[in-house]
Amino acid sequence: MGPVLDNLDAYLSGMRTTATLTVVSFGVALVVGTLIASARISPVVPLRWAGAAYVELLRNTPLVVLMFLYYFGLPKIGLLFSGFTTAVLALSLYTGAFVAETVRSGVNSVATGQAEAARALGLTFPQTLATVIVPQALRTVAAPLGSLFIALIKNSAVAFTISVPELNGRVDRLITDTGQTIPLLVGAAVAYLLLTIPSGIALGVLERRVAIRR
Amino acid sequence: MTAPVLADALGPKAKRRAAAVSVVVAAVFAAVAVVALRRFADRGQLEWDRWRYFFKPQVLEFLWGGLYNTLSLAGRAMAVAVAAGFVLAMLRLARNGLLRWTSATWIEVFRGLPLVLQMFFAYLGLPKLGVDLAPSQAALVGLALYNSAILAEIFRAGILSLDRGQREAALGVGLTEGQAMRHVILPQALRRMIPALVSQLVTLLKDTSLALIVAYDELLRRFQLAAKGVTPSAELQGFILAAGVYIVICFSLSRFARRLEVRQRRRYRAGTIGVAGVEELTAVAPAGPGGAPTV
Repeated sequence: MGPVLDNLDAYLSGMRTTATLTVVSFGVALVVGTLIASARISPVVPLRWAGAAYVELLRNTPLVVLMFLYYFGLPKIGLLFSGFTTAVLALSLYTGAFVAETVRSGVNSVATGQAEAARALGLTFPQTLATVIVPQALRTVAAPLGSLFIALIKNSAVAFTISVPELNGRVDRLITDTGQTIPLLVGAAVAYLLLTIPSGIALGVLERRVAIRR
Repeated sequence: MTAPVLADALGPKAKRRAAAVSVVVAAVFAAVAVVALRRFADRGQLEWDRWRYFFKPQVLEFLWGGLYNTLSLAGRAMAVAVAAGFVLAMLRLARNGLLRWTSATWIEVFRGLPLVLQMFFAYLGLPKLGVDLAPSQAALVGLALYNSAILAEIFRAGILSLDRGQREAALGVGLTEGQAMRHVILPQALRRMIPALVSQLVTLLKDTSLALIVAYDELLRRFQLAAKGVTPSAELQGFILAAGVYIVICFSLSRFARRLEVRQRRRYRAGTIGVAGVEELTAVAPAGPGGAPTV
């Protein structure tokens, strides 16, 4: 494990970048996903279409294609972003589509009496959604959202294709420089598991906290 | 879809308001589209030359080959992953504690690592261990490693989703464990898993695009190569077209998965395990409204 210990700081900085990339993208994805899900169930027809179109388009495009499209494409129309921002954009818009579907299924699982009661109190559609339905929906889908977070950690590795120095990119670089392929790859695997396993445990705890038993 | 009672059935006033909001929203979308198109046009990105390039016969043939490679890689990877995933699932459900523990660890590790890393392992790591792989083989190994772990969990979820009574009854009429598995449990469980398997095939198909990092000539790489060094530059156009191709294929496949699932729900009343991001499949999903998110 010499090569790993020699490059410990590269590993740590890679892990830090991966963690930042994941957390920021997930935050944005939650917002995007919730908005899209709300659009998909709203009484306004064009919003529903737009929501559905968004989900189908983003979910059926490979993540690398999105990365390339934004990384090489956006500058062509005069929008310049750093590699990191581009990666956040691609990861969060992609994950947002999955979040939207998850939240929507959560909304469907909220008892109809809740919406009826909210309507009876005179809340409007946006109020019903924002104060009654979505908070409950988010709690019911805590588990699948947690899985999306773990998936996002893994997906963030794709960002190395647009030269973001996250964990995987760092290791790729070290392999090119030193040729110590096997130990470096094993180190990368351990580093990823060090990110995913504690996240899994933490999410499990969180999930038990917020879960609503039905 | 219609959300139940999220909003009252619209009265005349509310209908007018919804219509008004619809018009405003539609107008906003149209405005955004116009701004975007203007932006493309101002920078010459709508010039026909940049797009036409990809429809030249030689280029088209080149891309066609890429699509063939993508589909064949997906097919082979799926076949290997299904076989290996099945074996892993059986081991994980075995009586023997050592087998169970080994396969559980194997599954958790390979499910928890990024696919990219597993491709690197196949492409850069295996040669160091004396196994030289061509790009197509490295891509196959990477995809199969990762997906067999995922599919193993789908198989396991499918088997565990059956009522305990099925196995107990089978044993009760004198079948052995193996016979009960073969004749009673698997036929029912496999049927439940089909939609989830098709849906995982969609994910796998999307993931084949990562094979470009091991220099396998699949569709995306072919688009990238085709757009390289062309004047006027056509990178943006190439990636838009590439996205289009993937969307058409994956959308149709997802639709198919969804149809299968709906048909099965109706026909067998008992559930299927949900077609969803596979992530949701780790738990056994109950059928019926409000179960696991579907499609």
